[in-house]
This record gives sequence, structure tokens and C-alpha cells, in this order.
Amino acid sequence: MTALRHGKYPFILAFLLPPVGIYALYMLSPYVQAIYISLTRWSGLSATQTFIGFDNYVEMWNDDQLRTALRNNLILLVVVPVLTLFLGLFFASMLNVGGRRSGQAVTGVRGSSVYKVVYFFPQVLPHAITAIVFAYVFAPSNAGGILNNLLEAVGLGRLTQLWIGEPKYLVWIIVVVMTWGFVGFYVVLFSAAMQSIPRDIYEAALLDGSSRITTFRKVTLPLVWDTVQVGWVYMAIQAMDGFAFVHIMLGVNGGVQGAGDVLGVAIYRAAFAEYDFGYAAAIGVLLLLLTMTIVVLFMRVLRRERVELA
Amino acid sequence: MSSSIERTTSGMSSTRRTFLQRMAITGVAVGPGGAFLASCATSGGGDDEDDSEPEPQGDVSDDNPLGIPEDEPLEIYIFDGGFGDEYATDVHQPIFSEKWPDVEINHNAAVDIGGELQARFVAGDPPDFVNNSGDGQMDGAQLITDGQLYDLSDLFDAPSWDDPEVPVRDTLIPGTIEMGSRDGTPYVLNYAFTVFGLWYNKTLLDENGWTVPTTWQEMMDLCAEIKSAGIAPWVYQGVTAPRYMNWPLLTMAAKLAGPEILVPVDNLEEGAWGHEAIRESAAALRSLKENDYFLPGVEGMEFRDAQGLWARGEAVFCPSGSWLENEEADAIAEDETFELAMMPEPLLSEDAVMPLETVRATAGEPYIVPADAKNPRAAMEYMRAMLSVEGARGFSETVTSLTSVAAANEEVEISAPGLASAQEALNAAGENVINWLYPTWYPTMENPGIDQATGALLRADITVDEWVQQCEAVAKEIREDDSVVKQTREA
Repeated sequence: MTALRHGKYPFILAFLLPPVGIYALYMLSPYVQAIYISLTRWSGLSATQTFIGFDNYVEMWNDDQLRTALRNNLILLVVVPVLTLFLGLFFASMLNVGGRRSGQAVTGVRGSSVYKVVYFFPQVLPHAITAIVFAYVFAPSNAGGILNNLLEAVGLGRLTQLWIGEPKYLVWIIVVVMTWGFVGFYVVLFSAAMQSIPRDIYEAALLDGSSRITTFRKVTLPLVWDTVQVGWVYMAIQAMDGFAFVHIMLGVNGGVQGAGDVLGVAIYRAAFAEYDFGYAAAIGVLLLLLTMTIVVLFMRVLRRERVELA
Repeated sequence: MSSSIERTTSGMSSTRRTFLQRMAITGVAVGPGGAFLASCATSGGGDDEDDSEPEPQGDVSDDNPLGIPEDEPLEIYIFDGGFGDEYATDVHQPIFSEKWPDVEINHNAAVDIGGELQARFVAGDPPDFVNNSGDGQMDGAQLITDGQLYDLSDLFDAPSWDDPEVPVRDTLIPGTIEMGSRDGTPYVLNYAFTVFGLWYNKTLLDENGWTVPTTWQEMMDLCAEIKSAGIAPWVYQGVTAPRYMNWPLLTMAAKLAGPEILVPVDNLEEGAWGHEAIRESAAALRSLKENDYFLPGVEGMEFRDAQGLWARGEAVFCPSGSWLENEEADAIAEDETFELAMMPEPLLSEDAVMPLETVRATAGEPYIVPADAKNPRAAMEYMRAMLSVEGARGFSETVTSLTSVAAANEEVEISAPGLASAQEALNAAGENVINWLYPTWYPTMENPGIDQATGALLRADITVDEWVQQCEAVAKEIREDDSVVKQTREA
């Protein structure tokens, strides 16, 4: 006993140092270096970095294109989680508790096992493939545009648009594609949460003559609320990214007039198209601050609203 | 080198280390990893030691004009893209090795040149010879600014491979060296030669008895006829690259008012884009949209889709460079009767200053020798071998492209009909070859800058006046950006 207590700290240190060292080397030091790089002018092609203080941040303040990117990120941040979580909850509840079949009190709608696979399918596609597929969904009809051809086929030809050619639609196209890509994961996540809700609660609600909507509002939603909040944090962080979708569907300039730009693409463009690594690092620091703010805000809200569940 | 370039000094790196120390002290959680910081991206690279190692050099003689060491290895990187890398292994390297059997060539091919080599440039340990091309190419202008490229003057002054009486300089098409120079010092060898123009569907023209228009009025009349036949007259590169339309735009303007109107554009002079000829040319191209002469939906298409539809007979005219035939080879091969040809842009007016045959043509496909290369003399000797008539002709035959070597283009037999027509157009142009340099000097001015303005013009979202204002604003932004090294030309 004494011997172990005597050697406790070296023992703990021996196990703690390597992981902390690796974490510091590969996680913390790049952050610190990025902050330093953001205060320099550096092409990324030579070893020469010129210290310029906060010039990159001043430039950022005056950069209209960056404002567009920031605005788009905020739109994604608000709209994509709301849409995704709403759809995810709706689908999950239909799959798990939405059905009404004789003999079983609580069940999914007919064919729910098929839907489960279908909803999860986008989740196993890499973002790159999703983006390429959707570039063709929104292409003009003579270039194989699926959406426009579909509209024409059902007699809604006057609704066809040059989706990717119209600046005003670009960010909404990204919203749709991101939602499509993410919703499957949340269906699975919420399904798991709903499976763990005791059946007798549903049976009791049913006996009281509760409708499907009321059951959802008064029973399902409160009991999976914790999972929804976790999902919200994940979703918010993913919405701050959007790089792969925008870069592949709209190109490195963020599409026509740069209207579909996001911060991730702005960083890439500054670094690898303009060879201005200092500016790219400055946008990176902005993104870091935004993401951290969002996470802290959500953690606060999460902690305050935690509900004790049965 | 411009005086505004700052090099690493010991004072500089001490500031950096002091800064990091201060960061650590003032409570940024650096942790035990702090000690590693000095060895990472911000710690400075090979610049400190590179002057201490002199490059290996052999004796200069008639047989070895560049004085290359006869037994040092040569590491080369070729971009493995549209041209592949067989031209290097099967054509250039045998020529080089026949003369220098003891120089071992370490050949590498890469799709993403920047991705593979950027870190080596930063570390001061680049290869000897790089074909800096493709999507991942490193910004050539920035490499020059950073002092990362080797001065190629000795190469161009050396006697040519085929004739010791003629220096390399004189075997090249005029303008080739200037294309890769800054302030008179050559840093980049642009080896392939591209001819720009309007590419048209010759099969459709012949079938319908239409003739190639020589004036813009004829072009508009023909477009009306094409449209009434149910075919789209024009395509361009859609959402991806409306800037391809800048090429006919500036070429037609230069034909109308003379090549000197392009000089102020390159020199970023105020009002350069507002020249009457440029306005007239912009208005002409905008009228294609006003008259609905573009392929429907082209504004929302990816460029390969647009060009593919053109190659499949959905449209007649397409602006591009002589790589188009290679790029759309698959679509072209689908229909054996399809034949394409290149035409010079029509004249905006009968009293145009330059003849119809005027074309824009320029050397492209950059090859560089890094300043920190271990064996730069041998890399230049390799370039000299590439610039031999045999090397250049072999390149043309392997990859279907002209080269900057004038004599090789005259002798080479080109079987691809599109490139053959481009070669003919280039020969017909004679002295009337024009080019502009701002896209090379200031890549972000062309894209996204002018690109977005021209995209809006072609959608007829903006008027010609607004287009001029936007182009002027883009030029102003570059002009007033101190971090961009400016260049000018006289003529």
C-alpha cells in the first residue's frame, strides 16, 4: 500500500503525459499557431511570415464577400437545425409510435422498417457524392436537371428555374441539401430515444383518448427533449461548416456572384486560391470564436433546461 | 525583385518566438506540447541555411553551356492531368539521357502539384523541376514574389539544342519569355501554346449551307437563321466560367481599336475598361442574350455540361482555347460525322484597325525551377532538351497541342481537325497575335472579379455601363491592395 501510494504521482503522470502531450501537439498548438499566422502576411509558399498586427482583421471587417459568407452561415445555423430536427422528430415518431394497428397499442406506421432504411440512406453517402448528385438535381432541364424535368413532367413547367444560376436561391439550395443529408441520422437518433420510452405511458394516453398529435406533444416530445437538445448542438456545429456542399456544388467562389459563400469556403479560397494564409487564418479564428460561442450558449441552455425523467 | 518583399531575418524569427513565449505566459493553454511549437509551421523553414550550400556545378563548355554537374541526380515533377506524363518519360527524358547518361532522373507524376509540393517549398527542400499546372497549381506570381523561383535567364541565353549558333531565346514564339517574366527576369517556361477563338460545329454549318461570319452583323444574321432552324447559336461556360467570354470580348475590342487598348487594362489604369471599343464589344455579346441566342439554361450549367451539349450538336459557337478538342474528346467521339473548327472572332466594324485574322494566342503550361533546388543547372538543361525541335514535336504528337517552339510547329503534322484549324489560324494571323496579361499577373482579378461581372452581363442582369463600373471596381481593388506586387508593360 505504502509503496503504491509512494509511486502514485509518477504512475499517474506516466499514463497522463503521452495523451495530453499528443493532444497539445496536434490540437492546441495548431490553434495557437493559427492565431499567430492570422497576425501575419504569409503566402504559405515560403518560410517568410511578416508580422502585420491586426491588419487581417481590419480587412475582414471591410470584406463584403465575407459578410455574405457570414450571413449564409447564420441562415444555415438557424434554418437547417430547425428543419432537420422537425423532420427528424416527425419521421421518428411516425416510425415508432405513429401507427394505429389493431392488436398493438404502440407501433410505427405501415412499412416503417422500409422507411427506416430509406431515411438512413443519405447518411451513408459521403457529402461529396450528395453534392454532386444535387448539382444535377438543380441543373437546367437540358443538362439533365432532375427537379426541372420533374416539374415539367407533372405540368408545373412554369415553376422551373435556373436554380444554381440564380444568386437568390443558392443558400436555400444548400439548406435543402444539408437537411436531406443530415435528417436520416436524427431519425435514427430520435428513434433510439423513443424506443426507450415506457410503453405503458403511451397505453395510458391512448386509454384517455389522446390523438396522435396530442400524444406527440404531451408524451413523446418531453421525454426525448434531452436527445433533441444534443442533436441541436451537433446540428449547429455542422451548419457552421457546409464546406463540402458549397465547394462541390457551387465552386470555390461560392457560386454566381458569390451568393452561396460560407466561411469554410472563404478560408479555403483565401488559402489556396489567393495564397493569403494570414487572411485565411484570420477567418479561421473568426470561425473558431463563432463555433465556441454557439457551443457555450447551447451548453448553458442545455444545463438550465435539463428535465428529470422517469 | 521588388523592394517591398521582406525576407526572413533573424530579428523576424525572434519576434515570433518571443510572441509564442508571451502567449504561453499570458495564460493560453499551451500545456506540455509547448516545447513542440518551435518545430511547427510557424517556426521558419529552410531559408536560414540555403545560402550556405552552393549548388553543384560542372564546367561550362560548348558541350555543356549551362555547366551542369555530370553525375548529380535530377528530381522532376510532372502534372499528371490533361497531358498525362508520357510525353516526359517517352519523349523528353530519352533525349536528355542520351546526352547525359550519368544524370539519374528521378521522375514523379502528381495530380495535385500544390498538395504534394507546397510543404516542400516552405521547408526549403523542393524538387529540381516542376510542371506547376492543374487545379492544384501553386500561384506562380506569388512564388516569384516570395523569391521561390530560379532565374532562367541563362537558359534562354544558352545556345539551342539543335543549333549552337542560335540561342534558345530566338527559337521561341515571340511573347513566350515575357509571359513568364517579371521586371524583365524570366522565371517560368511556358511550353505549350494555346490559340483562342470561337469553336464552331463545322458539320452543322456545312449541312445547312451557312458560311463562317466575318463581321458581327453577319454573326447576328447567321444566329437568327440558326435559331429559326431550332438550334441554339451560342454556348458559354455557364456558372463555372463566364470569364471565357472575356476572351472574344477583349479580342474583338482589340481588333476594333488596336492592341494598345489592352495595355492600360493590364496596367490597371483607371478607366481602361471604359474604352469605347470594349463597351461596344460588351454590348455585342450582351445582345446575344437580348436576342435569346444562348443555349436555353446555359446560365445555370456546369461548363462541361454546356460544352458537352455543344459537342453533341445542340449549339454552334463556343468560345474556348485549343484544349477544347482534348477536353471534349469523349463527346466528340460519340458522333463520327461531327467536325469542329476554330474561327477568329468576327470584326465589330468594317473599319476595324486590325485584320479579321488576328487571334489571341499565348504560351501556357508553366514549368519552373525552384530557387532552392539542389540541381537547378540540370533542370535548366532538361528544359533546353524540351525546347529542342525533336522534343517539342514529340510533345505535340503525344498530347495534341502546339508548343512555344516556332520551328516545331511548322514541321509537325497535326491529325486532330480542331487543332489543325487553330494552327492554320495562327499561321494566317502572322504578326497579328495579341494577348493580355492581367489574368496571369493578378489571378483573383480575373476570377472571381471580372468573371462575376461578365456572368451578370451575359445574363443581362446588368447594363454595359454597370459592367464597366464593376470591372473598374475590381481593377481598383487590385490597384489599391498593397500586398499585391504590381507589374506594367509598355506595349
